[in-house]
Amino acid sequence: MKYIDEFRDGEVAQKIAASIRAEADPARNYHFMEFCGGHTHAISRYGVSDLLPANVRMIHGPGCPVCVLPIGRVDQAIRLALDEGVTLCTYGDCLRVPASDGLSLLKAKARGGDIRMVYSSADAVTLAQKNPDKQVVFFAIGFETTTPPTAVAIKQAAALGLKNFSVLCCHVLTPSAISSILESPEVRQWGTVPLDGFVGPAHVSTIIGSRPYEFFAEEYRKPVVIAGFEPLDVMQAIRMLIRQVNEGRAEVENEFSRAVDRDGNLKAQALVAEVFEMRKHFEWRGLNVLPYSALRIRGTFAEFDAEKRFFVRYASVPDHKACECGAILRGVKRPQDCKIFGTVCTPENPVGSCMVSSEGACAAHYTYGRYKDV
Amino acid sequence: MSETRKPYIRPLDLKHGQVDLAHGSGGRAMAQLIDELFARHLGNEYLGQGDDGAVLPLPGEGRLVMATDAHVVSPLFFPGGDIGCLSVHGTVNDVAVMGARPLYLAASFILEEGFPLGDLARIVQSMAVAASAAGVPVVTGDTKVVERGKGDGVFITTTGVGVVPPGRELSGRRARPGDVILVSGTLGDHGMAIMAERESLGFESPIVSDTAALHGLIETLLASGVDLRVLRDPTRGGLATTLNEIARQSGVGMMLQEKALPVKPAVNAACELLGLDPLYVANEGKLVAICGEKDAEMLLSVMRAHPLGQAAAIIGQVVADDHHFVQMTTAFGGRRMVDWLSGEQLPRIC
Repeated sequence: MKYIDEFRDGEVAQKIAASIRAEADPARNYHFMEFCGGHTHAISRYGVSDLLPANVRMIHGPGCPVCVLPIGRVDQAIRLALDEGVTLCTYGDCLRVPASDGLSLLKAKARGGDIRMVYSSADAVTLAQKNPDKQVVFFAIGFETTTPPTAVAIKQAAALGLKNFSVLCCHVLTPSAISSILESPEVRQWGTVPLDGFVGPAHVSTIIGSRPYEFFAEEYRKPVVIAGFEPLDVMQAIRMLIRQVNEGRAEVENEFSRAVDRDGNLKAQALVAEVFEMRKHFEWRGLNVLPYSALRIRGTFAEFDAEKRFFVRYASVPDHKACECGAILRGVKRPQDCKIFGTVCTPENPVGSCMVSSEGACAAHYTYGRYKDV
Repeated sequence: MSETRKPYIRPLDLKHGQVDLAHGSGGRAMAQLIDELFARHLGNEYLGQGDDGAVLPLPGEGRLVMATDAHVVSPLFFPGGDIGCLSVHGTVNDVAVMGARPLYLAASFILEEGFPLGDLARIVQSMAVAASAAGVPVVTGDTKVVERGKGDGVFITTTGVGVVPPGRELSGRRARPGDVILVSGTLGDHGMAIMAERESLGFESPIVSDTAALHGLIETLLASGVDLRVLRDPTRGGLATTLNEIARQSGVGMMLQEKALPVKPAVNAACELLGLDPLYVANEGKLVAICGEKDAEMLLSVMRAHPLGQAAAIIGQVVADDHHFVQMTTAFGGRRMVDWLSGEQLPRIC
């Protein structure tokens, strides 16, 4: 495939791997966090870590939309479907996320909930148009990449005058998650999570640009290299990070220049600002309650806010006791450090959210890498 | 003497008619449907017996193989085939990969009230063409009708019987470390033909299903005298699922070479677009073959000489592994597992 195969070329990979081996200082270790689940998936699927020297280690970050969704939010969606009788539309990844009482959206569907998998927010609007007698709720999750399409859906519903469409808004913000990790005691005080730099988001950065990361580079002295989701992008970003570390630099560099610039997509940003505003606080799985880390629907579009239209208050629910998703999302533990990884918790019967999406650290390691553990 | 009246006053209306509940009631309407549609297209001496079951001659020596397969594909018609020929190929292949010569098929239809009779006729004709091309008659059948909304057009279950000659041993339990793994052609064609149709991807040259009866190819492979251990058709769940099944049955591991996997560029592109992995996408006209190492090249050339095996390839090797992992050296130069499919990647594909 043109423009895809070029970024998966094994020969080029060997060349970059050789230069990484040559440039990495054998006297020290390098710990880089790939923020996004898309990178986690690419690293596992293409076996990128097999091409890295032993002293260059990748730490999986929290950038998997399904993984950071707390149980209470999935509970809300389930209650909308089962108690309020709405048609609940969501992206496929959300269906298997474990919620309270042994339920998930998939199990709620089997109990009679009208839960539909959609490929885009526009499909949910179409469904509402076609079924004027049903209340249709779009369960909107994800980082900045999926936020503009939700904004478009809400504006479209407003233009059409739809009275039966609303959104359960759970959109979250990347910079807040990065700050939370950099501010965590494991990174800042105790040093138990050594962190020498970030592989920055690909798709998120096409929307927000590279500017928001400049603060992290300056304030926390951590290099950031924005990288595409192909395996060669990741390899090249690692080489750039090693160079920054070796030269004592902490800058934002852009490996993904074919899609990302400094300012990002201004039109999308304006659209998001028109429809959404900051939530004062929002609970994340693993990162707890973070201030100004998520979006809610503005008052002008309040009639499309499912939390206002229906009585579904948010209640925080603790994770399963043995589940280490929280620590894994903060980079404190690896999937194989969790006692229930691969035994009680598998992709067929996930206990924690990281075992659900293919972008989750546990699912990626289980599916592609667990041969290394035996 | 008055003239004998025709048995039915009006023939089935294949242009505008629809299936109704009477077509499954056991009464005259059902008899008419069977006569004018099923018997007309599928007819043979056994089906023509008209009894509750077909009475068949005993095949010669050997052992009987029996396999059954339910077909619920959506859409019913897709580039390269339809549920009719698919239901013949699927079961013929399940019998044939056991090393058997497929002899007879039975077919059960579950029809939904309101389904156009014209579409049903197309499906039955396609079945008839496939069965006659394969030389495997449909010798008995059944028809049921469910209320509107309780089915999805047509579901077809076919059961096949075949006979394996004495001395021929093929089983998923027979793979041994050192054996070589081959596929008979490109991967994922059927699944992506269905998905492209469902998602209206509209490629300039559409992806065509590979649905085909494989018993001819299999007979050629067996006749060549190579040391074949395992044959299987990687349908639902694709190559990855089939190899994991064999690895578990035989108590071995496998190591694949990603570079060697044959995948059509259009299938690759469609998979990329939909976020799917061709290793997990269904095939309906492909074989996985495992043979002793010394026979691998010969098996490959025999496969490639057959019209259904032109794109055959050696894709990996069986290895000793107590964990029964299927692994792969990626084209990128790393290594990863090729795990069981978890969840449902593509519902209603066959």
